[in-house]
Amino acid sequence: MIPNSFDYKKATSVDEAISLLGDDVQILGGGHSLIPTLKLRLNAPGTLVDISKIESLKVIRDNENSITIGGGATHASIAADAALSEHAPMMTQAAKEIGDIQVRNFGTIGGSMAHADPAADWPAVLLACDANVVIQGKGGKREVDIDQFFKGFYETALADGEIITAVRIPKMASNRHSVYVKFKQPASRFAIVGCAVGIEMEGGVVKSARIGMTGVGESAYRAMNVEKALVGQALTAESIEAAVKNVTEGAEVMSDHYASQKYRTHLAHVYVKRALKMLM
Amino acid sequence: MANKISVTVNGKQYTGEVESRTLLSDYLREDLSLTGTHIGCDTSSCGACTIHIDGKAVKSCTMLAVQADGCEVTTVEGLATNGNLHPMQESFKEEHGLQCGFCTPGMMMTATDFLKTNPNPSEQEIREALEGNFCRCTGYHNIVRSIQLAAKKMSEAV
Repeated sequence: MIPNSFDYKKATSVDEAISLLGDDVQILGGGHSLIPTLKLRLNAPGTLVDISKIESLKVIRDNENSITIGGGATHASIAADAALSEHAPMMTQAAKEIGDIQVRNFGTIGGSMAHADPAADWPAVLLACDANVVIQGKGGKREVDIDQFFKGFYETALADGEIITAVRIPKMASNRHSVYVKFKQPASRFAIVGCAVGIEMEGGVVKSARIGMTGVGESAYRAMNVEKALVGQALTAESIEAAVKNVTEGAEVMSDHYASQKYRTHLAHVYVKRALKMLM
Repeated sequence: MANKISVTVNGKQYTGEVESRTLLSDYLREDLSLTGTHIGCDTSSCGACTIHIDGKAVKSCTMLAVQADGCEVTTVEGLATNGNLHPMQESFKEEHGLQCGFCTPGMMMTATDFLKTNPNPSEQEIREALEGNFCRCTGYHNIVRSIQLAAKKMSEAV
């Protein structure tokens, strides 16, 4: 499959990349979301600006209270990072489950977030981690709360001419527990249903919870009614069963040749329960 | 748009012009006549086109040739050295790790990258490492045995 013709420009710094952005220009990161869309001719930009050689975007930095992951960091480098494994283990766990060895070697977290595939893993995980997305454009830098980032089907808060330079993950306190589980499409390894849970426990009960769902609706979302129902409860089979009843509330549950709406709804319940039981 | 690229493929330097839209898999097969890299699904699923870029396995159907500018590329043709088969190739031969052979180059390229990070893997880990490589003959058992043998040969050689 051969994409439509386009011009190619290699950027050597973030500032240069931003200066090259404009009408009909798209950003090439690891290319593992973009290139398939070009080959299927679902997408035909006039120019690609390659940011994959910008070294500063690949850095994973251990700060006092958070870890900053450069937008150009690959899934493999995230999976191998010691600070993330210690302070945000769900990131490590999820990174290892994305795609396959080859995809993890070149696909990037910034690319995945900008593409916002409704079945991608990172969106659910970053929602549950309470991450921030660091964005840079001609007007300067801004940070977007992950809760404000996803706007709909492949739609995000990213504006034209902007690049995701990093995501910032808060370090987990010792009373926080997290897990990511997914039911994957066996060929693509995308989530048919993926569920990321981060909970904070205090005195044997849930103090707060963040639950990110992917693969279910038109974009990743937080199952807020489940979160709310868990607060103040001890995690037991009964409390979980009662809390997850409306996990798809507010989501327009997708239907495709992998899973019907009914089956996906069923899977969403099974996987959120499974995730919570793993944290019991 | 034509772009000038310079790549080292299997130790040999190539300089030439490629269209921006040329996929690396097509460049290797059509421009360099390195047809050991197979194109199966052409949708980043099957792994038949797996090669190494700077030592890391990648599906060459999901990378532009122009992105390989300045990189070291290894294809299955580059595994053997001085006419001697790589231990991975020997092992696939000895354990009969191929039936039709179409997926074999990709299997071996993924497996050699995998053994670099995990030189002594369990059977389960090998099976997980092959997630992105499909064998339509379903000859996975012997492929796994081949990689187990290669791991043994390579660790003994060190």
